[in-house]
Amino acid sequence: MTERLLSAYAKRATCDRSVPCAPPASTHLRRRRAVQALAFGALWLAGLAGVVVLVGVVGYVLWTGAQVIDWEFLTTAPRGGLAGEGGISTTIVTTLYLVGLTLAIAAPLGIGAAIYLVEYAGEAAKGSGLTSRLVSVARFGVETLAGVPSIVFGLFGYALFVVALRFGFSLIAAAMSGACLILPVIIRTAEEALKAVPRSYREGSLALGATRWQTIWQVVLPAAGPGVITGIVLGVGRVVSETAVFYVTLGGNAAAPRSLLQGGRTMALHVYYLAMDTRAFDRAMGTGAILVVTIMLINASITWLSRRYTKRMMGNG
Amino acid sequence: MRFLVDRGVKYLMFACAMVSVLVLLLIGLFILREGLPAFRTVGVGELLLGRVWRPKEGQLGLWPMIAGSVLATTGAIVLGVPVSLGAAVFLAEVAPNWLREIVRPAVELLAGIPSVIYGLFGMIVLVPWVRNTFQVPGNTGYGLLSASIVLAVMILPTVTSVSEDAIRSVRKEHKEGSLALGATHWQTIVGVILPAARSGITAAVILGVGRALGETMAMIMVIGNSVVVPSPLNDNPLTLFLRQARTLTGNIAVEISYATGLQEQALFATGVVLFVLIIAVNSLARALLSRRAA
Repeated sequence: MTERLLSAYAKRATCDRSVPCAPPASTHLRRRRAVQALAFGALWLAGLAGVVVLVGVVGYVLWTGAQVIDWEFLTTAPRGGLAGEGGISTTIVTTLYLVGLTLAIAAPLGIGAAIYLVEYAGEAAKGSGLTSRLVSVARFGVETLAGVPSIVFGLFGYALFVVALRFGFSLIAAAMSGACLILPVIIRTAEEALKAVPRSYREGSLALGATRWQTIWQVVLPAAGPGVITGIVLGVGRVVSETAVFYVTLGGNAAAPRSLLQGGRTMALHVYYLAMDTRAFDRAMGTGAILVVTIMLINASITWLSRRYTKRMMGNG
Repeated sequence: MRFLVDRGVKYLMFACAMVSVLVLLLIGLFILREGLPAFRTVGVGELLLGRVWRPKEGQLGLWPMIAGSVLATTGAIVLGVPVSLGAAVFLAEVAPNWLREIVRPAVELLAGIPSVIYGLFGMIVLVPWVRNTFQVPGNTGYGLLSASIVLAVMILPTVTSVSEDAIRSVRKEHKEGSLALGATHWQTIVGVILPAARSGITAAVILGVGRALGETMAMIMVIGNSVVVPSPLNDNPLTLFLRQARTLTGNIAVEISYATGLQEQALFATGVVLFVLIIAVNSLARALLSRRAA
């Protein structure tokens, strides 16, 4: 590889083959330096583009959104209607319900799956053909699921939960579809966290006579705690910002659901309805600003968690 | 007793691990079950290549949506990949440490911004800008160009971080060898580092394509959603991008809640097309990435 690259490069360099390669003439060097300066300038622009876009979008949304946000906006229910009047209180409540419910379904399943893949799959791979094949199928499943676009989860949730199981557009249908969506996120993060726990922890616990499960429950999981929680918080972020899945499973009533079988609208959905159906852009921006702040808080807590996690692993390991 | 628990728990965890496979199977099963009748009634060729989508009259051609998705994605790649790749090289090779600590989290946060926010920003800022900048009759601002710009921003985090990893994993010896031969840093980047990171960068772009194809809400909000095969507005072929269009994803989201019968089946068929497309694209990216790791 190295030889090929270097020879390809040598062909490009302009040194005469008849003469031994002399140091490049100073004008040549100057030109190369100028090209480099120009190119690096472009790279700086590209590198800063992301920051500029972020500051532009977030700044614009927060600035224009702030004009409509006041205590009343946060605490009154959307009145619906063509002008999109009212506040966003019920959408906040619905978002909280949905986040809680989705995590209640996805977190245990996801963490369980990660535990199996990290703690038990190794032995299964050595064992009978069927289990080892199932383990690789499970890994493939997680990887593939992570790439499936959210509207396909929505379509699936609509077909299975809304229609076939007759949940209708409801909190429970949306939560189950949402759980499918965030399952791969939780599994992957928890897997990483469990893998990072040193082997010696497990060996120490097993040597003291604890069973596998006691070791996992009392030693491995606590050590991997912040990492596992990071995955859950990532899941929270996905649910808060997701629209497509809930657009086709949650219905969109402005009122807060009073049972699992009633629909509602999350903040993100509310932004969509305000912008597309009622063209109440100012209120959409207001809701959007709250949404962006929520996402930024979630991101900040992830950063904080992973710092803590690294520190702990460094300190104890 | 505790050994019994131990054994039971193992099977419980195994069951959890199988849930994602089950979900994947169910997704495939349900979408195929609902979508296949449409393939059978309308015919595969007519469904995929038919140019007219009038569900009420039983004309169910997905070609306008396929064209819309492909064009919007192409636009996003053309606009987004150069910037993302530049940002990746910047982060891996050029940026001073303090700046990297600002740029990288910013790019990550860009990935976390909800797609409705991009859609809303697109509707309020981008669409009027496109309308006023390109004074062509028939240009409403809503259309492929606005969609491509929004998508370009949305794929930036994915493409940047995966290519940055690829660039970082180029062996140091390659870089040092080139520098020792007298190449400038820039020549080294272009002549040695980027070619060596080629497969990882390709994978990054393909993952970006996957993200772009799957995006839904932001697309509905800025692309205009008209169901005709996009064509240029005048003799300049580039005005194609000022035309309104609809994506496969948008087609599903816009119509599913009121569709019945054959129309509903055709929407599931849209899902099948999308599902197959995305799995193919992602498998390609994964194959490229694992080849590099090996």
